Amino acid sequence: MEKSKTMTQEKFGEKDFQTIIGNLLRYGVWISLSVAFIGGIVYLMHHGSDIEDYSVFKENDRNIFEVFANVYNGVIHGSGESIIFFGVILLFLTPVFRVLLSLFSFLLEKDYLYVTITAIVIGIIILSISFGFSH
Amino acid sequence: MTVLTFTLIMILGAFLAGFIGSLSGLGGGIIIIPLLTVVLGVDIHYAIGAALVSVIATSSGSAAAYVKEGITNMRLGIFLEIATTIGAVGGALLSAIAPTSFIAVLFGLTLIFSAINSLRKKEEHIVLESSPLAKKLHLQGTYPTHDGQVVHYGTKNVIGGFSMMGLAGMMSGLLGIGSGAFKVIAMDNIMRIPFKVSTTTSNFMMGVTAMASSVIYIQKGYIEPGICMPVVIGVLFGAMAGAKILVRTNPKKLRIFFACLIFVLAVNMIYNGLNGKI
Repeated sequence: MEKSKTMTQEKFGEKDFQTIIGNLLRYGVWISLSVAFIGGIVYLMHHGSDIEDYSVFKENDRNIFEVFANVYNGVIHGSGESIIFFGVILLFLTPVFRVLLSLFSFLLEKDYLYVTITAIVIGIIILSISFGFSH
Repeated sequence: MTVLTFTLIMILGAFLAGFIGSLSGLGGGIIIIPLLTVVLGVDIHYAIGAALVSVIATSSGSAAAYVKEGITNMRLGIFLEIATTIGAVGGALLSAIAPTSFIAVLFGLTLIFSAINSLRKKEEHIVLESSPLAKKLHLQGTYPTHDGQVVHYGTKNVIGGFSMMGLAGMMSGLLGIGSGAFKVIAMDNIMRIPFKVSTTTSNFMMGVTAMASSVIYIQKGYIEPGICMPVVIGVLFGAMAGAKILVRTNPKKLRIFFACLIFVLAVNMIYNGLNGKI
């Protein structure tokens, strides 16, 4: 009796997480795109008649936190480009939240093998931040 | 060209790329890059950045539905993400130092390979017995069919699939693509996972794989808001329109047509790359 109860609970948990992860991905995409779209309108209102030049790549070597600070300042001052960038960052964060959510789900299931595997993936993403500016 | 004209052309082009990408099964990212570089003369680094952003948008959008239906094998996906994220970080670092012509030629070759691969006949094969390592990692799974039945499947050759996934991740980081073709080969042909599960799981993994290289892309300045905005919006809506049509038509003839089109684009890119025009 007790065993069957925990089993149904576990099953419910897994299905539940599938729904939550599915929703997270869907709303994450729509929210970030709406932000980027608004940014795009603002950008076009101010710069629509400028002449574009994307034929030459200007390499940056900016720390990710510096980028975030710039975007934050830009958004406050109503810069269209920064609002688009903010939307893009939200989009990038969607899969990150997805990984964190899986970590949580495996913890609840007490599946420590997969807690470790998920933690390794998170570790690699964190390492990639430091790789980015160690050239 | 003014920014406004450029943006409108981009939205239209990206819509087409997303549309063709979803009908041909190649993904929008892989088509937007030649469009930006060959047709509009945008530097390949910006093109790669914009493609990566659109890959995250489309893969997250479609993964949402599959995860809910319970087709995606999340354990398999997360395990293989170790390989794809390491590969992606390596690829992104490589893309910052590799010469542009090298990237263009490699991209062209990948495009040809993916186009040929999309024409390959897909047979459903299900193995029931898993290899010992796959059992240890709980990589076997189930998925529901249309008539409500549950199919059980096993997994083979974990190490082979893992290595191929590392390569897939590297191509993704280097070229800003989802590299679905490589991922499906790793899961379909090497690990013997059913087609339905491998395509949806590949989609599920793309977001995180792309994320691993995106941090480096942001820091190196690949993400240009003025290009990303029209590209993402266009590709996403194009992919949605393509998916709607896909349900109603048999895309076999379309696939051959698009594969030829992509072949021409790829040859163009290789030619321009070799001549140093990209």
